[in-house]
Amino acid sequence: MTPTPAVRLAGLSKTFGAQKALDGVDLEIPAGTVHGLLGENGSGKSTLIKVLTGVYEPDPGATLEVAGRPVALPLPPGAFRDLGISVVHQDLGLLPELSVAENMRIAQGIAARRAVVSWRTERRKAGETLRAHGVDIDPAAPVATLSDTERALVAILRAVDELGEHRSLLILDEPTVFLPREGTDLLFRVVNDLVSDGRTSVLLVSHDLNEVLDHTSAVTVLRDGKLAGTVTSAVTTPAGLTELIVGADLAAALRKHTDEVAADPEPGPVAGKGRVQVAQLVAPRLDGISFDVGRGEILGLTGLAGSGYADVLPALYGASGKVFGDLLVDRDNLQLSALTPAAALAAGIVYVPADRRRDGGIAEESVERNMTMPVMTVLGSKLRLNRKALARRAEELSQAYDVRPFDPAKAFGTLSGGNQQKAVLAKWLQTDPRVVLLAEPTQGIDVGAKAFVFDLLRKAAERGATILLASSDYEQLATVCDRVLVLARGRIVSELTGSDLNQAVLSDRVLSSTRLLPTQRTETLTEREAS
Amino acid sequence: MSTSTQTTTPSLSKEKPAGKRRGIGPHAERYALIAVWLVVIVIFSIARPDTYPTPGNLQSVLGSQAVLLIASLGVLLPLITGEFDLSVASALGLSAMVTAVLNVQHGWSLGTAVLAGVGAALAVGIFNALGVVLFGIPSFIVTLGSGTFALGVIQWISGQSTVTGIDSALVNATVGSRVMGVPLQFFYGLAAAVILALVLEFTPLGRRLLFVGRSPAVARLSGFNVSRLRAGAFLSCSLIAGLAGVVYAGALGGADPSSAQSFLLPAFAAAYLGATAIVPGQFNPIGTVVAVYFLSSGVVGLQMLGAQSFVQQLFYGGALVVAVGLSRFVRHRATR
Repeated sequence: MTPTPAVRLAGLSKTFGAQKALDGVDLEIPAGTVHGLLGENGSGKSTLIKVLTGVYEPDPGATLEVAGRPVALPLPPGAFRDLGISVVHQDLGLLPELSVAENMRIAQGIAARRAVVSWRTERRKAGETLRAHGVDIDPAAPVATLSDTERALVAILRAVDELGEHRSLLILDEPTVFLPREGTDLLFRVVNDLVSDGRTSVLLVSHDLNEVLDHTSAVTVLRDGKLAGTVTSAVTTPAGLTELIVGADLAAALRKHTDEVAADPEPGPVAGKGRVQVAQLVAPRLDGISFDVGRGEILGLTGLAGSGYADVLPALYGASGKVFGDLLVDRDNLQLSALTPAAALAAGIVYVPADRRRDGGIAEESVERNMTMPVMTVLGSKLRLNRKALARRAEELSQAYDVRPFDPAKAFGTLSGGNQQKAVLAKWLQTDPRVVLLAEPTQGIDVGAKAFVFDLLRKAAERGATILLASSDYEQLATVCDRVLVLARGRIVSELTGSDLNQAVLSDRVLSSTRLLPTQRTETLTEREAS
Repeated sequence: MSTSTQTTTPSLSKEKPAGKRRGIGPHAERYALIAVWLVVIVIFSIARPDTYPTPGNLQSVLGSQAVLLIASLGVLLPLITGEFDLSVASALGLSAMVTAVLNVQHGWSLGTAVLAGVGAALAVGIFNALGVVLFGIPSFIVTLGSGTFALGVIQWISGQSTVTGIDSALVNATVGSRVMGVPLQFFYGLAAAVILALVLEFTPLGRRLLFVGRSPAVARLSGFNVSRLRAGAFLSCSLIAGLAGVVYAGALGGADPSSAQSFLLPAFAAAYLGATAIVPGQFNPIGTVVAVYFLSSGVVGLQMLGAQSFVQQLFYGGALVVAVGLSRFVRHRATR
């Protein structure tokens, strides 16, 4: 290792209004290494990257050195490229209709400001880059025809090309979440090859503890915008990382819990008497999962991004293509491959999507029109709207669900996130559904609305509804759910109930979920500790 | 299934909600086009007091726009669901030509000829619906293709010449008979507008069509059959265009192979202009009626002032851009 680090950041703070997104963070990445950056959502990882790429202006006082040379902050937009820094974001930023070569070379082709771009030359150059890293992809192939792994490789190698001569730092922001295991391995082969020049470094942002420990030399952990610690990967355990990520208090709670479980092993959760039975659910990111949910039960689904937990609900509502498996609700058997939202609704299943503004309600239409969508023919007839009854229903619902401001004629889009969510819940819960599918129901809504939403869910469950809640908010899952399933790579790897169901255990299970994979069945903490 | 590319989706109010709002602003916007229309009438009445504000002129303005009005109501339906139907003028022309050719040259009775004409227009709609809904081709392309194809059929079956001498019963039923001095065809257009307005405003079907246009994603997740609703909109559009074609054949006393094409752009202009009135930000039939007669009142007035016939195009094009631009500007300011 050379004594000069590739990048050294010191005393980095960033304040948004009253909130400190970053608070005195130091980060040093030795040249020629892969360095991990970990932390829960909102811990400040993205803010740090955005400072490095000149998107955010940090608070005064921070210093930055690249390859030993001090660099003035804030960075002007685009300046990071001249420093030899490039980034691959999770969405990869490829244009699917264009070819591999076009995607890889378009930035440089334009930057060269030539009147005519010779695509033959560009294709040759792209091919050279691919081959140089031992990647066998046809530069002329459209990106749309590539596998997820190949796409990730193209995006990474494009970023490598853009490092230019300085080659200081490649930032990979969760590059593997949608990749199969072989893809991850291939990707890290390329990454290791890249840093072997002793000059280039890689900053790897990930949620997957095992992946990070396997592929980095050191890891920096952020918690609530502060530096929780930087540790050497070779001498760190996943448990040690978890403690840094969630903090000492939660970790202590987790240890205490583990001891209790060790002293008094609980019987595994009882499944099987469910009114909702999902059998062999296969979808693009789901690998044949089965589970049961009972009447009045609130079942949580969680996992890392890309684990498949977010794909379960749309699949059960007929809202995503290419789904196979069976869904049994009471005695109705629904073939998932042929299920449509209309058929799901007819079977008493409702779906509250995560993206409220896009999928939950029509922004330009009134709250009344949005809320009464499912009851247009119920309150009137097929041929005639009963406009008075609809208006009355909208007023009743607005009152009962506390939709503010109390004006059903107002456009849905003008409501706050929390009130939009209440309106969407009112829209569906008025139909007295048998099954409620909720995706990230409290994302982007205020604390008061959150409590109200939880309350609504509990009441619906008490009335006998079965509720499936997909969320990445462990605190919320622990508060609301009777049982939580943790998914990894499209499979259920863990099931938590009773005293197991708390924020600490949930964080731990999710962060280490990929390690639980091979066995697939539920494994208690003790068993894992013993092995 | 119905994937439409972003670039070819009609949209009006991406930026601003059009829910009922309080205060005087919304009302001003609702009735602005009517107010401008009245101003136009007053100005021309002062400029040409002897010819403009006369019952005869009123009758002629009202009576002359029926075919355009009906065609505009047709394109309204696909537009509401977020799709284009560029074949509307060809479907109209095809219906007129089939009716005329069968009745005049092949001796079919008027009733069967009319049925065949409307059926031919409906065939265009079936093609559009299949292309858009089943095969997921953008409606802009499907209807451009079907419209061009239908135009070819019109020229083929007419031998590229005008057909005259259609059954006088049809002429009587459209322009021959008058009520209060206004040709009957005006009342057909008005009736079509009222029926469409009632369907859109007072039936679940009408609301579903609106929802599909506003947000296909929300409509689908709310259990509405987006494909079927869009297919229905295309079929209805062609059916209405077919009826407009019958009225056109009556008004002309026959059919000619190309003049129907001139309805295409004015029909869209009227639909878009109509969306700035009555229910601002939303395509609506009554607004479309106002738009058609506003444009017609202006053009007739300008012609009385001595303008030549090309002024019609200048006025249509200018009024459309100015009105839609102003309406957006007002709304943008009101919601700042």
